[in-house]
Amino acid sequence: MHETGENSGDNILEVRDLVKHFPVRVGVLFKRVIGHVRAVDGVSFDLKRGETLGVVGESGCGKSTLAQVLMRLEPPTSGSATFEGRDMLAMKGAELRKLRRDIQIVLQDPYTSLNPRMTVGDIVGEPFEIHPEVAPKGSRAGRVRDLLDVVGLNPEHLNRYPHQFSGGQRQRIGIARALALKPKVIVCDEPVSALDVSIQAQVMNLLGDLQSEFGLSYVFIAHDLSVVRHLSDRVAVMYLGKVVEIGTEEEIYERPTHPYTQALLSAVPVPDPELRGRRQVIRLEGDVPSPVDPPSGCRFRTRCWKAQDVCAEEEPALEIRAANHPSACHFAEQRSIVP
Amino acid sequence: MSTVDETGAGPIPSAPLLEVDDLFVEFHTRDGVARVLNGVSYRVAAGETLAVLGESGSGKSVTAQTVMGILDTPPGVITGGAVRFHGEDLLTAPDRRRRAVRGSGIAMIFQDALSALNPVFTVGFQIEEQLRVRRGMSRKDARKRAVELLELVKIPNARGRVRQYPHEFSGGMRQRAMIAMSLALDPELLIADEPTTALDVTVQAQIMDLLKEIQVERHMGLILITHDLGVVAEVADRIAVMYAGRIVEQADARSVYRRPGHPYTAALLDSLPRLDQKGTELNTIKGLPPSLLRIPDGCPFHPRCARAQDVCRTEVPPQHRPEPGRLSACHFAEELIADA
Repeated sequence: MHETGENSGDNILEVRDLVKHFPVRVGVLFKRVIGHVRAVDGVSFDLKRGETLGVVGESGCGKSTLAQVLMRLEPPTSGSATFEGRDMLAMKGAELRKLRRDIQIVLQDPYTSLNPRMTVGDIVGEPFEIHPEVAPKGSRAGRVRDLLDVVGLNPEHLNRYPHQFSGGQRQRIGIARALALKPKVIVCDEPVSALDVSIQAQVMNLLGDLQSEFGLSYVFIAHDLSVVRHLSDRVAVMYLGKVVEIGTEEEIYERPTHPYTQALLSAVPVPDPELRGRRQVIRLEGDVPSPVDPPSGCRFRTRCWKAQDVCAEEEPALEIRAANHPSACHFAEQRSIVP
Repeated sequence: MSTVDETGAGPIPSAPLLEVDDLFVEFHTRDGVARVLNGVSYRVAAGETLAVLGESGSGKSVTAQTVMGILDTPPGVITGGAVRFHGEDLLTAPDRRRRAVRGSGIAMIFQDALSALNPVFTVGFQIEEQLRVRRGMSRKDARKRAVELLELVKIPNARGRVRQYPHEFSGGMRQRAMIAMSLALDPELLIADEPTTALDVTVQAQIMDLLKEIQVERHMGLILITHDLGVVAEVADRIAVMYAGRIVEQADARSVYRRPGHPYTAALLDSLPRLDQKGTELNTIKGLPPSLLRIPDGCPFHPRCARAQDVCRTEVPPQHRPEPGRLSACHFAEELIADA
């Protein structure tokens, strides 16, 4: 069903059929559930040690909900996930505390994800309050300085407040906080999308450097396909709560087989005016349907130019169909899009 | 001197539609005077797309707000320059005249359609309002025209949608509704301030196609304000690159990408992750854009520039003309283009 199974020794994270539905309630006094937002609806993937798995998709595809479930911030509706071979969704008490050290997150908006009343030193050092075993009290100030240095900030700025920093610097603070507990996995939820182009490159390079220095594994969630290609070893493409195609960075970008992946790639404007009018362009009609009431069968069929009757009746499984990597399309066919 | 032709008969061929001439704007803040625009000049002809490219704080939106006459004063103060529409300076024109130009001469669409639309009125009402006030149309005629406009921007079931409120529209549809609204009075120039930044790529592609189509059909001038080098490459005829309240480079789109004439443009292009190649280390621009309260002496880009020499630290570079039709505010513009 998915790409592995034989040797799970190098997998730090294994996610199987993960589902997260949010109830939709109406009424003021007597709240009734009238439906569910199927934010994540059966997602499976593996994350290998030291690798980056990119997760791409448009707004509402469930990529941020996936991050929250992986962080154990939201309980899943069903499905399983193991961290280093142990069931991470059932963990409690001391075991869960340990898990929280091992999986950290970097959030999208560096303006709202840092407490404006705390100094940078307090923000980066706060994880040590909760997990004192990582750094004994006396050594904390030194650790915080080291962390600021690692992410390219001046360690002397320890006593400043977040508003005294630019967007890119704040994102570095967020990264330092995520690194504090020496995690094994970092979930990056749109870490560069709020940043200007010239700053984005600095933060992306930093994430790359930290990965090789500390042997981190990343789940890198983003909507920008160029950014994802740059940092990812493997890529999962999501649409309406499901992974529609998964493969290595090269398989997804050079040999995409799912029509949605192809449309997504062709919609990205390429910064080269010479290619204007010479690229093949697939234009999708309309908007993404509501996740409360997704289309029957294949969820992409309402916007797909290949759709046949079978697409409405039968949901295509995510399996190897063409070009040697899994794709959830009845008519999967390799087509090269990127010039 | 020509005047705005309210009947929409079109501009006088030789004069540019819009000419922004040496515009200076300051913001008086608690911390001091921020010099937000420092001599911005550009021209747009009918049927032409000018992309104004820059990072946050470069002054691209403030220029547009000044052109539209919607700059908040205070804190903003226009300290110099002119904005000529068909040769008429709008900055010295009386308010009545400015109101006449707004909407029918120059219209604008904004980044965040949800906050630009009024949540308590229907989309139809907001389109019709302009037609009734400015064109004196009856409710019935205005409604008919609003439906036509929504059809023009390809909103399905326009007849039903015209009665709905903004929150009932998806993000892409709201942006379409805003485009419909901006077209209601048949403007000759449309300013689009980050029109697709809040949208997903597949929807962004739809909206850019629509804008381009409408522009060609109506032979409209279009100023596209954006930070997205990809979008610019796909639609712009000419590009003006802004940095710290100045235009540092201006040229036709192909030249800018093939042989950038300013180190900032070159560095920006170099720092982009590309869809068509798996990169290793990205080239970065060191440091941060300067605070507008304390713009460095000389060339404002010199603290971040790899080519900076002594002259860059002391002398503000004038606009060079390294090639016909190109401008660059770099002391070494000629060398830079020759090296490329």
